[in-house]
Amino acid sequence: MDMDQAVAELAEKARVIRRHIIAMLGEAGSGHPGGSLSAADIVTALYFREMRLDPSRPDWPERDRFVLSKGHAAPVLYAALAERGYFPVEELGTLRKLGSRLQGHPDMKKLPGVEMSTGSLGQGLAVANGMALAARLDGRDYRVYALLGDGELQEGQVWEAAMAAAHYALENLVAIVDYNGLQIDGPVSEVMAPEPVPDKWRAFGWHVLEIDGHDMRQILAAFAEARHTRGQPTAIIARTVKGKGVSFMENEVDWHGVAPKGEQIAQALEELA
Amino acid sequence: MTKIATREAYGQALVTLGAENPDVVVLDADLAKSTKTLAFKKHFPHRFFDLGIAEANMIGTAAGLATAGKIPFCSTFAVFATGRAYDQIRQSVAYPNLHVIIAATHAGITVGEDGASHQSVEDLALMRAMPNMTVFVPADAVETAGAVRAAVACDGPVYIRLGRSGVPVLHGDDFELVPGKAVEMRRGLDATIIACGLMVAQALEAAEQLAAEGIDVGVLNVHTLKPLDVQAIVNAAQRTGAIVTAEEHSIIGGLGSAVAETLAEHYPVPMLRVGLRDVFGESGKPDELLRKYGLTAEDIANAVQSLI
Repeated sequence: MDMDQAVAELAEKARVIRRHIIAMLGEAGSGHPGGSLSAADIVTALYFREMRLDPSRPDWPERDRFVLSKGHAAPVLYAALAERGYFPVEELGTLRKLGSRLQGHPDMKKLPGVEMSTGSLGQGLAVANGMALAARLDGRDYRVYALLGDGELQEGQVWEAAMAAAHYALENLVAIVDYNGLQIDGPVSEVMAPEPVPDKWRAFGWHVLEIDGHDMRQILAAFAEARHTRGQPTAIIARTVKGKGVSFMENEVDWHGVAPKGEQIAQALEELA
Repeated sequence: MTKIATREAYGQALVTLGAENPDVVVLDADLAKSTKTLAFKKHFPHRFFDLGIAEANMIGTAAGLATAGKIPFCSTFAVFATGRAYDQIRQSVAYPNLHVIIAATHAGITVGEDGASHQSVEDLALMRAMPNMTVFVPADAVETAGAVRAAVACDGPVYIRLGRSGVPVLHGDDFELVPGKAVEMRRGLDATIIACGLMVAQALEAAEQLAAEGIDVGVLNVHTLKPLDVQAIVNAAQRTGAIVTAEEHSIIGGLGSAVAETLAEHYPVPMLRVGLRDVFGESGKPDELLRKYGLTAEDIANAVQSLI
C-alpha cells in the first residue's frame, strides 16, 4: 500500500473513532471528550498501522503493548479496540454503565486488549518500563507505547520513570505526550507550566521528536524513527488540539470532562460525518 | 536461642527461590544492603533492578513486569513501600490484581535509632484494607522462608512484613507455612494471646511468666493477617473466653483490629490490644523502644491478668 493511501485510510479510521467517542460519551452522559479527541489520530496510527497485534489473541506474548497512562481518555482506547475487533462495536454504548466492561477508566481485568488499568495519573510510564524490561529478559522484540497527557507531566512519578527508562536504555519503549495545552483547571502553562517539555525529556536521556499530533504522516514518521533508534527510549512530543474535530470543543478547557448532550451530540456528529 | 532477623531470612530465601524459578525478579530502591536483596543481586544480577530512591517507580515497574509473567519481589523499608508508593500499589498492582510481592523490611519500631520517620506503625492497616492483597507477618526466619514460597504460589498481590532486628527462631525446619492458617504455638485454657511478627516470641515468654503464676494461657500465631483465620480465632475465644492481641503496630487497623472485628461479629469475649496506642515511635535501641511503648512480654502478661 502506498503512503498516500495508508494515510487516507488512517484519517478515515480516526474520523470513525472520533464519532464513536462522541456517541459513547453522549450515551454515557459523563466522561472526557477533550483529551480523547486530541489523542484520536495518535491512537489510530498505533492500532491500525504501527503496533503488532492479534485481536483474536489478546494475550499473545509477542504483541506490542499500549499503556494509556492518561486513563481518562478511555473512550479513544475503547473505540480503537472495538474497531480493531477486540469486542463488538455495539458494546461501546455501555460505557460507564453498571456491569459494563467499559469502565470509566480502563480496567485490564475486564476488557480484552487493555494492557494496564489506569486512571490515577502519572503511573503508566513506570508500568511501560516494566513491560519493556520484561521483553528484554525474555528475549522478545515486542515494543511498548505509553500515552501521557501534558498535564500529567506534573506528576513526579513520570520523571522517576523517565530517568529509569533512559538508565536502562529501553530502546523498545516510546512515550507519546499528547500536548494539547489544557488541563481541568485551565491552560497547563498557567496551572503548572511544564515547559520546556522537549528539553526536559532530552535532559532525561531520551531521543525526542516533536510533531503535529494530527498530521498522520508526521505521526507515522515519528514511530518509524523511534523503531530505528538504538540505545535510548524515544519521546514523541505531539502538539495537539484538545477536542480536535468538534468545532465547539476545540481548545475549550470546559470540554475536558463534560459529555455532550442532545443538540451538541448531533452537531458534533455532523461535523465528523 | 538463635536469633535471626526476618530480613536476613528473606535475603537467603530469595536466593534459593531465584535458583528454582527463572521468572523471579527482584527490585529495590537503593536499600539492597539493608533489605538483604543484595544476595539475590550477587547470584542473579540480570534479574535484579535497583530503581534508585524512587519507590513509586519501583512499584509501577514491578506491575509492568508482572503483566508479562515475571514474579517481582519489591523491597524497601515498610514505611516507604506502603506510604510513599501507596497509590501505585493501589492503582497499578492491587486493582489489576497483579502478582507483585512487596516484601518490606524494617517494619515497626524495632528499626530503632533511625526514629519515627523510618518506623512504620500503620503499614498493616494500609495493606489489610487493600482489596486483593494477601498479608503475611512472619514471626521468625522459618516463617519468612515459608511466606516467600507461599507468596509465589499466591494469586495477586502479596505484602510480607519483615523486621530489622534479630528474632528467636520458633519453628523447626520441617514447619510448613499454610497461608491463612494460624499456628497454635501453645494451648491454654484461661486466655489466648493472639500475636504476629516478633510479638509471637514475646507472647510465648508472657505465657511462660503467667504459667509460673498458675495462669494457663494459649498463644495463637497469626502469620497471615489476610486472609484471616477466623475459625482459629473464634475457637480460641470459645475455648478460653478472653483474648489479648499483640502486635508491633498501631492498635488501629492491624491485628488487634482484625481480631476485634472477628470477635464482635462471631463470638464476643473480653479482649485487650497490646500495640502502639495511636502514636509514632522515636529513636532508641529496639529493646528500649519495646519497653517504652509497652510491647514486652511483661506488658502482654499484665494485659492478660487485667482481663481474667
